[in-house]
Amino acid sequence: MQVPAPFDYDRASSVEEAVALLERHGAEARPIAGGHSLLPMMKLRLARPERLVDLNDLTELSYVRTEGEWIAVGAMTRHAQLAASDLLARHYPIFQDAERVIADPVVRNRGTVGGSLCQGDPAEDLCAVVAALGGQVVLRSSGGERVVAARDFYLGPYETVVAPAELVTEVRIPIRPGSGSAYEKVERRPGDWAIAAVGCFVTLAQGSVADCGIGLAAVGANGYCAPQAEAQLRGQPATEESFRAAAEAAAAGCRPQSDQRGPEDYKRDLVRELTRRALRRAAARAMAGGA
Amino acid sequence: MQVSMTVNGERVTREVEPRILLVHFLRDELNLTGTHWGCDTSNCGTCVVWMDGVPVKSCTVLAAMASGREIRTVESLEQGTQLDPVQEGFMREHGLQCGFCTPGMMMTARWLLDHNPDPSEAEIREAISGQICRCTGYENIVRAVRWAAAHPATQEVGS
Repeated sequence: MQVPAPFDYDRASSVEEAVALLERHGAEARPIAGGHSLLPMMKLRLARPERLVDLNDLTELSYVRTEGEWIAVGAMTRHAQLAASDLLARHYPIFQDAERVIADPVVRNRGTVGGSLCQGDPAEDLCAVVAALGGQVVLRSSGGERVVAARDFYLGPYETVVAPAELVTEVRIPIRPGSGSAYEKVERRPGDWAIAAVGCFVTLAQGSVADCGIGLAAVGANGYCAPQAEAQLRGQPATEESFRAAAEAAAAGCRPQSDQRGPEDYKRDLVRELTRRALRRAAARAMAGGA
Repeated sequence: MQVSMTVNGERVTREVEPRILLVHFLRDELNLTGTHWGCDTSNCGTCVVWMDGVPVKSCTVLAAMASGREIRTVESLEQGTQLDPVQEGFMREHGLQCGFCTPGMMMTARWLLDHNPDPSEAEIREAISGQICRCTGYENIVRAVRWAAAHPATQEVGS
């Protein structure tokens, strides 16, 4: 029977209270959202917090809405809510693409946006999506609020810039009229972590790629992104040749590792192919007036 | 710590350790052994119950996190002596063999039908995709859910 080691439990009723509890109890206290990453780790003693601060009453952090030029997603928004959001579907179909292949419907009822980003699993699909879209992460502490670019949010696998008494409250995505986006993933079986996955957006202007973002999951890409591939694609005509060149750059720029999910060269091949597919689909959506 | 929740319409209060998982709370504290305890890793889905009206894997929810919430387990499906159409469907279409996955399957199926009374085969397969059955190959589970969809509760079950 897998049961976590003993810990104390608090339930926060507001963001301020959550932050105060985390501050009072120091680094040994951890916030818990959906719990589908933290509880398994606690069962295996890979994590052993002395106190959990339950965030599930913070319904104030559960929303998807526009705020000026941004789409703001509350940290306690569940995967299922992301998948069901018409606003996201309209602006960024990449979210629906990804949500369809993140775990399974019952897990998606619990897992949250903030939890997924903070877990920082190298294969986390949502991290690659937010990195591809050049999102920002909003953090709250007793000292106030700070905003970190999603690409600077990660120090390494499972490691983020979130300080012990800090709470992720929101993720922001810039709205990009004329853009299209898509997510492509290959996994061993439905609901599994990716062997490799690629997400992207492209903004088109007169048949050229005015702007783009490419995110990678499970292939050792720093900050889940592919800056060389993006640089390669920007300003180029939105053609199969340009997509192929960007896909080559993405495959060359990542650092997949051989493991039980597949050998390194296979994963690199996947990145090449999935980048091409994602760009193709994103461009088609942009041309169809997706956003 | 003290946890207090509504389980199948009944208010229950118990003193438990914060680390006790909801699945063990239901089975060991309340003797509601209809909810099965399987993989422990939120993969197999036999422990699915509803929390505030939404299916969750109770091996990955703390009893403490369920405090103040409404829980519904497989024991609540039967109304008096009347089986839920989902239960009837599993029986008629042989939706189970060993029965281990069945409580989770039925709770997810009930939720699906409440929200989508006439689901396609693809929608049923998607809904139960977080649950593992090692006997039926899923064919008969899909048929069982289809049977339940065709025989909603208002109808005389068994006629």
